[in-house]
This record gives sequence, structure tokens and C-alpha cells, in this order.
Amino acid sequence: MQQLWLIPCLPLLGFVLLVLGHGRLSRSLVRLVGVGSVALAALATMWVAQDYYAAVTAQAYQVLLWPWLSVAGLEVGFGLYLDGLSLSMLFVITGVGTLIHWYASGYMWQDADYQRFFAYMNLFVAAMLMLVLADNLVLLFLGWEGVGLCSFLLIGFWYQDPANGYAARKAFVVTRVGDTAFAIGLFLLYRELGTLDLPTIMRLAPEQFVMGANQPTLIAALLLAGALGKSAQLPLHTWLPDAMAGPTPVSALIHAATMVTAGVYLIARNHAVFLQAPDVLFAVALIGLATILLSGFTALNQTDIKRILAYSTMSQIGYMFFALGVGAWSESIFHLMTHAVFKALLFMTAGSIILALHHEQDIRAMGGLRRQLPVPFWCFLIGSACLVALPPSSGFFSKEAILNASWQLPVYGPWLWAGGVLGAFVTAIYTFRLFFMVFFGAQKGQTEEPKGWQFHPPLIILAALSLVAGWFVLPAGSVLPASPAGHPPIWTVAVAVGLPLFGIGIAYQVYVRHQWQWLRLDPWQGLRQFLRAGWGFDWAYKQLLLTPFMGLARVNRNDLIDGLPKFVVLISRWLHGLFSRLQNGQLRFYIATLAGAAIVVLALALKVL
Amino acid sequence: MDSQYIDHAMILAGLLFCLGLVGVMVRRNLLFMMISIEVMLNAAGLAFIAAGSAWGQPEGQIMFLAVITLGAAEVAVGLGLTLLLFRHHNNVNVDHLNLLRG
Repeated sequence: MQQLWLIPCLPLLGFVLLVLGHGRLSRSLVRLVGVGSVALAALATMWVAQDYYAAVTAQAYQVLLWPWLSVAGLEVGFGLYLDGLSLSMLFVITGVGTLIHWYASGYMWQDADYQRFFAYMNLFVAAMLMLVLADNLVLLFLGWEGVGLCSFLLIGFWYQDPANGYAARKAFVVTRVGDTAFAIGLFLLYRELGTLDLPTIMRLAPEQFVMGANQPTLIAALLLAGALGKSAQLPLHTWLPDAMAGPTPVSALIHAATMVTAGVYLIARNHAVFLQAPDVLFAVALIGLATILLSGFTALNQTDIKRILAYSTMSQIGYMFFALGVGAWSESIFHLMTHAVFKALLFMTAGSIILALHHEQDIRAMGGLRRQLPVPFWCFLIGSACLVALPPSSGFFSKEAILNASWQLPVYGPWLWAGGVLGAFVTAIYTFRLFFMVFFGAQKGQTEEPKGWQFHPPLIILAALSLVAGWFVLPAGSVLPASPAGHPPIWTVAVAVGLPLFGIGIAYQVYVRHQWQWLRLDPWQGLRQFLRAGWGFDWAYKQLLLTPFMGLARVNRNDLIDGLPKFVVLISRWLHGLFSRLQNGQLRFYIATLAGAAIVVLALALKVL
Repeated sequence: MDSQYIDHAMILAGLLFCLGLVGVMVRRNLLFMMISIEVMLNAAGLAFIAAGSAWGQPEGQIMFLAVITLGAAEVAVGLGLTLLLFRHHNNVNVDHLNLLRG
């Protein structure tokens, strides 16, 4: 496991090479460095994993590379920490990351800024690996901000269009709200426990904190706020749909598979703190559930293929939060992994469709693509089946485990379960609405499918992984608290499987056979508009925050605080004008003032005045 | 000289000095201004002489010699400047010399 440092360093090296060699490397060399660095990191992960499993007792491995900060008792180092949880994340980041880089090397081939793209992507992977391997919260925060920066850079990758720049700034500012809370949470944690070292926190938190007391609740709530911003959960979710302005591989890697799940990782990593704050944990479940339902109903009314997938990402991360909240810790990480695989598959397939249709993203302009794009058709079908959690796809295993755990929560369990199942039902409708609108019906427009070794193999590998990922056993279970034992009644499983199937049936009736059109709610355009606009969150934030802020800015355009220095300037300018009038070039005036002044001085000297 | 006359001499010197000062202030012609300055200088010289005579001290006359020297130097420079002024402006009006105003 001594090779652990290699894993984040390889993509970082790739980034450095790509930045220093800007404009000097050929396209194929850029491809080799950009994809190769991540692929090598994946190989290094395999190597480390082999050592990890070979050890008789799977122990956590901690190594200090070099000290970083040493201030007044606070010792922070560049230290790496490997346990089952971070190893699971490593598999996801390097494995899915390699496939997405592979795909992106073809997807972005025509782009003028090929090298810049791969430099940012490699930096992102390095920062994300730093985030999951950090052995203290400060280093984790470094990776956390690093991925935020790369997200900003890649959303605004095509910066010539001001709308993309706006989307990038929005993502940056909204996540910054959560990050500020996260930073305050770190300060509080340090004040309470005197350390930011993760293994020490895990050990100290149950001893030092009283269950449900104020300090752990406040700290957990602040950490949760950071996680909400990064993972696009209510109420800091508004940036994710707009983040789809970035290139599609970016959406697949950052805004579906890895970065947006960092919030889930943060909560799972700090589970010892969250376990001491049951109220916050319950809030996590409620926020997750609210996000599932809100984004599900929004996705029903979207027309942009990538925005539908973005809302489905929010809703699936909602399931992960939901799972964390109900105590199904390892199921949440399990769902994180399966979701990373199948959502990357869905996004990359969507990318192929978009390329095939000459950058058309509106699903109303698509249709009948089943015969023209057979490989994307099958890949999308597999991805959709996972998203809807049809057995025996990977999504089925993870989502069923989450729903089963939620049933067993005392008192509110069945209600939470019902909400989760309703979410699954809505997921089925919007997923297959998308699927049927894109692949069935009348054919519209000409297609030109991107083929070749950069397009089909990653899709097929991911599709195969999506099917079988449910059978993997993640090493995260050894780190996280045990999930609720026992089984809910068998009818709950039947409902949880049957309701999504019913949802698919509805989608089939409405969008393929064109029956049951009243379900489209055409007479209530206002309601549909409201749902399409994401329940008016953007509007509300604009009214509540942006408009007053802009008003204040307009009032303060002349900078009220600057008034005092400006007043001093004004006074001295006035005095200057006054005195300069004395120097009028009139010799006789000078003599007269000289004489007058002499008289005054004489009078003063003689004490006459 | 009796010390009782010093008051008269001082009043005369003061009057002369004020006359010269007023002349400097109200005259525009540089030549007349210089004459007025001479009057002021001599008023000061008269004050020195009177004071020296009143107290029987020789310094008063020495100071008067210094004042005469000063006046001669001032006239030498001043007349040169006046000559130059006349060549540039074709008159000797000091109010035309106002280029250095603020």
C-alpha cells in the first residue's frame, strides 16, 4: 500500500504536463497524457486494492506524506488515509473516470481547446482523489474546493457564450454558500475536539459528544449544509440543472458520477459525528426525500435531455441522502457506486445521441432513433432500467436495500418508505417518457452516429458494469455502522417493484400509444410551467436574494463608506483653491499683503492687539 | 543732539517710510516704485542715525553705511531689470508681470 500516493499524483502530473506543454503537444499526445494518467491511476488503485485485500485483517492504512500547517497546536499534514470507504470511492472515481476520459477523448476531438479540456479534467480527478484520500478535514476541504474550482472551469468551458459563464458562476456561488457553512463547521469541530484528523474524530466523537446535545447537532448541521451545496440537494440544488451547460463528458464525470456525490461521502466519512446528532440525521432523510420528489416532478416536464438527466441525478443523490438519514450507511455508498456507473452510462449515451443529431438536445426534436442508433438504444435501455431499479439491474439492488432499511425506521419508517416508493414511481415515468420520446415514434431528422473505438467500447463496458454492479460487495461496510437488520413484509418489495413497472406502463400508454392524454395535464399549463421551472426556486431566490442585493448595490453605487475620504479630499481641494487665489501674479498685491502681515506681526510683538 | 529731538526724528522717519510704502503699493511704474523704495531705505537710515546720535553710539552711522550700500546694490539690479522689462514690453508697468499666478 506504499503506492497509495501514486493515485492522486498521476492525474496531477497529467495536469502539470498538459498545462506546461500548452500549445506544444500534438492532439494524440494530449489524448495519451489526458486519458493515460487517469488509466494509470486506475491501475494503481487495483494494485493498492490487491494489497488491501491481501492483508489478513483489512486494516485502515494511514500515511503522512509531509507536514503542511503547524500553527498553535494545530497540526495538519498531507496525509492519506485508506479504508474500505475511501477504497470504494477510489474504484468509482478512477474506474468510471477512466471510461469517461476515454469517451471524452473522442467526444471532444473536434474542439479547439482539446488540451485545456483534458488539463481541467485531470486536475479534477486529482482533486477528487485528494478529497476521498485525505486523512484530515483540512486536506479534504482542499480537495473539496479543488473539485468545485474544476466544476466551475468546466461548466464554463465554452466561455464564448455568456450563458455558460453565467451557469458556471451560479454553480460556484451557490456551492460557496454551503462551503462557508462547512468551513464554520470545521472551526467548531476543532474547537470542540481539538483535532481535525479524521480517524481521531471518529474515535473522539462518541466519547466527547453527548447524544443530541447542541454542539454535535450544530456541527453536523453545518457539515450537512456543505454537503447539500455540493450534492445539489434542497435548498441549494438550483445550480445543477444549469451546470449542464458544460460538455457532456463533464456532466457525466463531475455532475453525475463523482463530485456531486462528495456530499454523501462527507456525511458517511463523518458518520460518528452525525450519529451523535439524530435530529440532523432525520433532517438528512427528509431533505433527501423532498429532493427526490421535487426533482422527479420537475423532470417530468423538462424537454432538454441533459436537464432531465440532471434532475434524475438530483433525485438519485436524494436517495443516497435518504439512505444516510435512515441509517442505511453502506447501502447509501452502494447506491453511490451503482448510480455512478449507470448515470455515467446514461450521460455518455445522451452525448452520443446529441452528437448524432448535430448538437440537438431537445427531446421533442428526437424520435424513432431505435433503429438508427442501436448501440445507444441498448445502452440507454440498460441505464434506464438501472435508474428505474428494475430487477436484476444494479439499481434494483441498491434502491431496494435503501427502501427496506427505511421501512424499519421506528415510527416514521413506513411513511418515509412510502415517499421513497412514490419517488421511484415518478422516476419510472419520467425516465421512460424520455426513453420513449427519444427512441420510439416517428423519425425526425437525419442522424450521423459517432462510431469508433472511443465511442462504443466505453458505453458497452459501462452497460455491462451497470448490469452486474449489483453483485459486487463493497469494502465500505467494514467502516460504516451496521444497517438496520431484519426484513420488511414481502408485500413491500412487491409494491416497490410493481409501482415502477406501472409507471413504465403509463409512460408507454401516453408517449407511445398516445392514450390517456389527460395525464399530460395540458389544460393546466400554469402548473406545468411551474413544475418545469423547478417549483419556482430560481424565481424565489431571485426575488428574495438577488433583487434586494442588486438594489443595495445600486444604492451604494457611489460607495457610501468612501464618503469620508472623499470629504477630506474635497476640503483640501477647496483650501487649495483658496490659497492659490492669493498667488495672483500682482506684485503690488504681494507687497500690500507683506506690509499688512508685517503690521500684524509688529502689533502682536508690541502687544497692541 | 539732544535726546528730546529723537521723537521728532522718529516721527519723520516713520512718515517717510509710510510714504515710501504707499508709493510702492500704489505705483505701477517700476521706476517710481524703486524711487519709493529709496525713500523707505533712507527713512530707515534716518532712524538709525537719529537713534545712534541720541544714545551716542557709532553703530547707527555704521548701519546707515550698510543701508546706503544695500540701496546702491538694489538700484544696480533693479535698473537692469527695468531696462530688460522695457525692452520686452515697451513699458515699465509691473501689472504686466503676472505670468506666475496660481
